[in-house]
Amino acid sequence: MAITEPGSKTIERTMPISPEIYREMGLTDEEYGKVVEVLGRHPSYTEVGMYAVMWSEHCGYKYSRPVLRLFKKYREALDGAGLENAGVIDIGDGQGIVMKMETHNHPSAVEPFQGAATGVGGILRDIFTMGARPIACLNSLRFGELDDPHTRYLFENVVSGIAFYGNCVGVPTIGGEVVFEDCYAGNCIVSAMSAGIVNTDEIALACAKGTGNSVMYVGSRTGRDGIHGATFASVELTEESESRRSNVQVGDPFQEKLLIEATLEALKTGFIVGIQDMGAAGITCGTCETAAKGDSGMEVDVLKVPRREQGMTPYEVMLSESQERMLAIVEKGREPEVEAVFRKWGLQAVVIGHVTDDGLVRVFEGDEIVAEIPAKSLADEAPTYYLETEEPDYLIDARAFDFAKLPEPGDYNEVLSKLLDASTIASKEWVYRQYDHMVQTNTVIMPGSDAAALRIRGTKKAIALVADCNGRYCYLDPFVGAQIAVAESARNLACTGARPMGVTDCVSFGNPEKPQIFWQFRRAIEGLSEACEFFGTPVISGNVSFYNETPETAIYPTPVIGMLGLIDDAEKHCTMDFKAAGDTVVMLSGRKAEENVLGGSEYLKVIHGAVAGAPPVIDMAAEKRLDSCVIEAIGAGLVNSAHDCSDGGLAVALAESCISGKIGADIAIASDVAASVALFGEAQSRIVVSLAEANIPELAKLVYKHGIICERLGKVGGDALRVAVNGSVAIDHSVETIADTWKNSIARKMEGPESRE
Amino acid sequence: MKFGVVVFPGSNCDQDAYCAIRDVLGQPVEYIWHQDKDLHGVDCVILPGGFSYGDYLRTGAIARFSPVMEAVQKHAADGGYVIGICNGFQVLCEAHLLPGALVTNNGLKFICEYVDLKVENTKTPWTNQCKSGDVLSIPIAHHGGRYVCDADVLADLEASGQVILRYCDAAGDANEAGNPNGSLNNIAGIVNKAGNVAGMMPHPERAVEDCLGSTDGIAIFRSLLEWTKR
Repeated sequence: MAITEPGSKTIERTMPISPEIYREMGLTDEEYGKVVEVLGRHPSYTEVGMYAVMWSEHCGYKYSRPVLRLFKKYREALDGAGLENAGVIDIGDGQGIVMKMETHNHPSAVEPFQGAATGVGGILRDIFTMGARPIACLNSLRFGELDDPHTRYLFENVVSGIAFYGNCVGVPTIGGEVVFEDCYAGNCIVSAMSAGIVNTDEIALACAKGTGNSVMYVGSRTGRDGIHGATFASVELTEESESRRSNVQVGDPFQEKLLIEATLEALKTGFIVGIQDMGAAGITCGTCETAAKGDSGMEVDVLKVPRREQGMTPYEVMLSESQERMLAIVEKGREPEVEAVFRKWGLQAVVIGHVTDDGLVRVFEGDEIVAEIPAKSLADEAPTYYLETEEPDYLIDARAFDFAKLPEPGDYNEVLSKLLDASTIASKEWVYRQYDHMVQTNTVIMPGSDAAALRIRGTKKAIALVADCNGRYCYLDPFVGAQIAVAESARNLACTGARPMGVTDCVSFGNPEKPQIFWQFRRAIEGLSEACEFFGTPVISGNVSFYNETPETAIYPTPVIGMLGLIDDAEKHCTMDFKAAGDTVVMLSGRKAEENVLGGSEYLKVIHGAVAGAPPVIDMAAEKRLDSCVIEAIGAGLVNSAHDCSDGGLAVALAESCISGKIGADIAIASDVAASVALFGEAQSRIVVSLAEANIPELAKLVYKHGIICERLGKVGGDALRVAVNGSVAIDHSVETIADTWKNSIARKMEGPESRE
Repeated sequence: MKFGVVVFPGSNCDQDAYCAIRDVLGQPVEYIWHQDKDLHGVDCVILPGGFSYGDYLRTGAIARFSPVMEAVQKHAADGGYVIGICNGFQVLCEAHLLPGALVTNNGLKFICEYVDLKVENTKTPWTNQCKSGDVLSIPIAHHGGRYVCDADVLADLEASGQVILRYCDAAGDANEAGNPNGSLNNIAGIVNKAGNVAGMMPHPERAVEDCLGSTDGIAIFRSLLEWTKR
């Protein structure tokens, strides 16, 4: 549709925008009415585009904001200084860790390689625009099952895209999770997380202050890619989505690498007042958010924006989501110094405007004003909606599931093999082998253990990072499922010896306009906020992704937790592999497990084909006691390995410790429940440790001190995993056999004849 | 002995090499910007890993034309020491300071993992602190690390002992199972005829501290120090 810009030098005489146009852009009639009310006139075409993208759910959080106020830090930020690109956690010695996680689901569903790659690029920019050097990437990925060729295509290309981008920029990709469930077949989840380190007195802000200061545009040129990407992220995926490939941006990791180095060096000049990534909603977002935060205004001229295509309209320039671009507010008169740093790195930095004091974002095309909007109305005053909630119907059936009717399996060996072969449980080596996880030479716990860890140079400390969520639990009870995501993250960190410090969340749901979906969202956020308060891990940043559904199905509620932990002495970290023959294997539990722990389990899904019941009970106080005990035991050097019981229960945890340690174990458990429940049930707050027999008395003291349960299971040794339940042998596998199953499961599925579409 | 680490705009293992030399080897080291035309009087130039100029064209293809490479060429011709690690090895081949080329891994995927390397020739500046047949554990991280060259060059390399490191299995056997990327004759590292220029795909600078998983990489740098004392 050809729309011409208003030809006047003022904007008062603009004609009404036709409803077809603003609706196509994603604004409702009411929202358009609000725009007219704010402006006191009809908007120009450029202006309505700017409102549509900033008031989309993706940027404006119009549905989620009222619920997100449950998070203390979010509430404080909204009511106070405003939100930054990412939050900071103080780790002492004048240093802080900045971290954030963000989804790139819709772009990845239609163009998996570039969708995933640009997801990594975007999250990295959120980190280094804070002045932090990125030191780690993680990702949380969810797909359909691997027997589907299209899923294999998505999985293959998402992983390649992450590798393409992350490896080039030289930030190690050290961990994360990959989960396979049918509900993600039409709508994969691709969440990229990054963490960076910053001196706490050098944190850069996304804030435009100082009337007359220059607004500099830095990085790649602007093209027509990704226009209305944020709006695209705010609708359901349909058949037509495939034609939305032009909404997906193309990534250039080399540019990003230059931007990282140049930005960090330019910040050191001290002449940059504020800096902001231009990701979703591009220059529109960069200008209005920095102006709103600085209580200032801004004038920019689109003709000064470096472009890679001719004939771009102001609308296109303002809404382009071309990658690897930043907006910097630079002290007046100091532009040459800043420009010189960017030039050294082969990047352009040009002045496109200046800061004003009238609270307006005023966009010129040469002499002509094409948009004039109160910055805060774009950035902070997106209309919010209180959506209806309704408990979903599916829960009735799920809860009516009769576990008493489940047949006890005849062959536990076979069950264990099937679970180890299940893509969600199987080793993700096929994935992380493609990621450079060692660059920067800080990785002290490699991918594949409970959490990855990096030493902090110049100190004795290390940080541990994990990303985790069990979507099935959240489907069956979003409140409990979300709490388990937090508890399990904390437990994973504890297994490395790290105490939890803070959280970034990245939550994905279906269409929030459906009351049953919004119920899931609200319950999950209630669970998350309560759990994060309990564990003392503030949610410092986050991201909400809605509309993750296709006409067939919505995804499971998927509130992914990224958690940071601190290890006081990097040398005293712990990993999951059994280390030495003769070590004693002990189970530490926060509390006595309830009898039915098969609800939502991997065992129930893989062996009985059901997703039903209620998730296991999570007792957060018990979890905290357990984690504290394990952290203290590791810090005291008492234990040689620690691994939590999660998907697949105790049997899988033991198998993983054997496989990664290349050594067997002889285990005997006493149980008053069915062997299947004892072996594969997913009771929470349990960690399997191994230690020298001589350290048992010291461990017992800690167990007593923290008030947890300790159970002797057996000994490390031999070349087989043997598990007897109540005296009869249930599992007897050579470690070599189960290692092959577990380690090569994904490679076998991917290297099938139809791996590529 | 003074080391210099070349920094191309897309280098990303420059800091790792710098820290390994300064903190582990305890030797003076400085960065050399890719646009510098002199080498600040260093004795050994390290071309680090990374993606020199983005490497969208062919790894190392643009880097060989950078100002610093002119100086490196001259340094090498004068008998100065040069080691290219990973992307640096690719650059050295593009610059014809070493024979052959590095092409895409035969699995077509990036591979990052610890590998076993058999030390072949211990009479070079880079391997004299190893014993013949030693198996070193050092990580690789590359997408294009498959060493290839024509048959004459290969025969010459082998005959003149220019192969210094070969991928192998845990027992030290340079067989197919121990070859991660399909390199000809399992070649992981070579030197030029004179021995003063070395290239290797594995990252010795990543294997210099116990907490990183191995200290076997130190032998490469330590060898050079010992060699120059002779």
